[in-house]
Amino acid sequence: MSENGRALRLEEIRKSFGENQVLKGVDLDVGEHEVFCLIGASGSGKSTLLRCVNLLEQVDAGRILLHGEEITRRDVDVNRVRRGIGIVFQSYNLFPHMSVLANVTLAPRKVLHKQKAEAFAEAVALLERFGLADKRDEYPDRLSGGQQQRVAIVRALAMHPELMLLDEVTSALDPELVAEVLNVIRELAEGGMTMLIATHEMSFARDIANQVCFLDQGRILEQGPPEQIFVEPREQRTRQFLERIVEAGRL
Amino acid sequence: MSEGADPGRGSRILADLKGSGGGQRSVWIALASTLVFAGILIALVVTSPGWPAVKEAFFNRKIFFDSLPEIARAFKVNIQIFLIAEVFILVFALFIAILRGLPGPVFFPIRALAVVYTDLFRGVPTILVIYILGFGAPALQLSGVPVSSLFWGIVALVLVYSAYVAEVYRAGIESVHTSQEAAARSLGLSRVKTLRFVIVPQAVRRVIPPLLNDFIGLTKDTALVALIGPVEAFRQSQIDVAATFNYTPYVCTALLFILLTIPLARLTDWLIARERRQQLAGGAR
Repeated sequence: MSENGRALRLEEIRKSFGENQVLKGVDLDVGEHEVFCLIGASGSGKSTLLRCVNLLEQVDAGRILLHGEEITRRDVDVNRVRRGIGIVFQSYNLFPHMSVLANVTLAPRKVLHKQKAEAFAEAVALLERFGLADKRDEYPDRLSGGQQQRVAIVRALAMHPELMLLDEVTSALDPELVAEVLNVIRELAEGGMTMLIATHEMSFARDIANQVCFLDQGRILEQGPPEQIFVEPREQRTRQFLERIVEAGRL
Repeated sequence: MSEGADPGRGSRILADLKGSGGGQRSVWIALASTLVFAGILIALVVTSPGWPAVKEAFFNRKIFFDSLPEIARAFKVNIQIFLIAEVFILVFALFIAILRGLPGPVFFPIRALAVVYTDLFRGVPTILVIYILGFGAPALQLSGVPVSSLFWGIVALVLVYSAYVAEVYRAGIESVHTSQEAAARSLGLSRVKTLRFVIVPQAVRRVIPPLLNDFIGLTKDTALVALIGPVEAFRQSQIDVAATFNYTPYVCTALLFILLTIPLARLTDWLIARERRQQLAGGAR
């Protein structure tokens, strides 16, 4: 089987927590430099899917291939796999006992064994790029939600990942802070970063995504380019979901 | 510092006093009420019928200053026991706490061992552990095993206090949210590095007050080591008491212990306040 041009491939992924079947056989293909948006109601399995890709959760069945390598095998070195995948969480999860600079340089120094000066220079350059240069010595508590989330993105980028997973990264933010984070993601997309994004920001998904996928009760119900999903969805449930979103004023 | 400002700044006691509102005035009221209360207490003791005899037996100035140099010299042994034991306790207890947190069925025996250890040494009175080790271990006459009672006294204290401190560490480790672990692991940090750089530093910061509280207990329990031989402050004061038929050396020893523990208590407060300040005030440039 050829995986050429495929950054990430999910085959028949199943995952349960106790009795609760969260993923019921999900297939998914993300191409290189593609932005892939997962939409769906809360509890549809978006977060679990991302956590499975990052091996934070172990799949019950199915395979995940990253650039053709099966990463769901038991003997795979999870630390090595995770180095190539950046994940950003809804709740930022910055390390509260470290300054911004220390947050960003921790993994490059302790995992990639970069020299302090080199790691610092890289981190400062990244922070500057995303307008955070003056926050380098602050502690996370002192930053706004938007700033914290941008630091979290920079922290993931410092590892030079080939794939970024974004798990509803704007859901915990005040509405006026959402744009600054979305702009960062847009910039990443323009730079050719491969991304798998779980989001409730439909207009953003419509703008930025190459592919949109509607996840419903642990299954992919519909998938296609944003024009199709948002303008003429084939499935009844997709239509209902989007109607509710429009009513809530989010599209 | 204005009212309602960050309570982490400045003296904690003053902040508590001011807490009820009223600033300067409440400080004076607190001072006055303390003086009145202390005055009544002193008057009560001094006017009691037995006071002259008690004063002579416990607060004899001459005996106090005669015995002070020797007791102070012996007190260095207490400080030595305390410092050596503390270093080992800090390391050993963290090790136990981490063992107890190992995941998965493979590590069940190790987890169980850690549980048995903490249960055992928290359950047996310190004084018994000191006796059993202090008299038992040297009696084995194994070559290479030290026979010094001071050594076994320290070992006993390390074993007992590590059981307590391990539980304090464990509480701290479990209080760090699992999302912190997820964030660290997702960056490619191994389980060990995650513990070392992310979980343990946060856990230790949180448990510094209860940790130092245990160490204040430890300073006092160094006196128990006297029971198996070494001449430290308590044993020295016993010797002095026997020589003078006067209890003043005990008071002298008590005073030395207080002089050691009060700075520790203030250090605890200071560390907490500094920690809070750093996180709120942003970067330390």
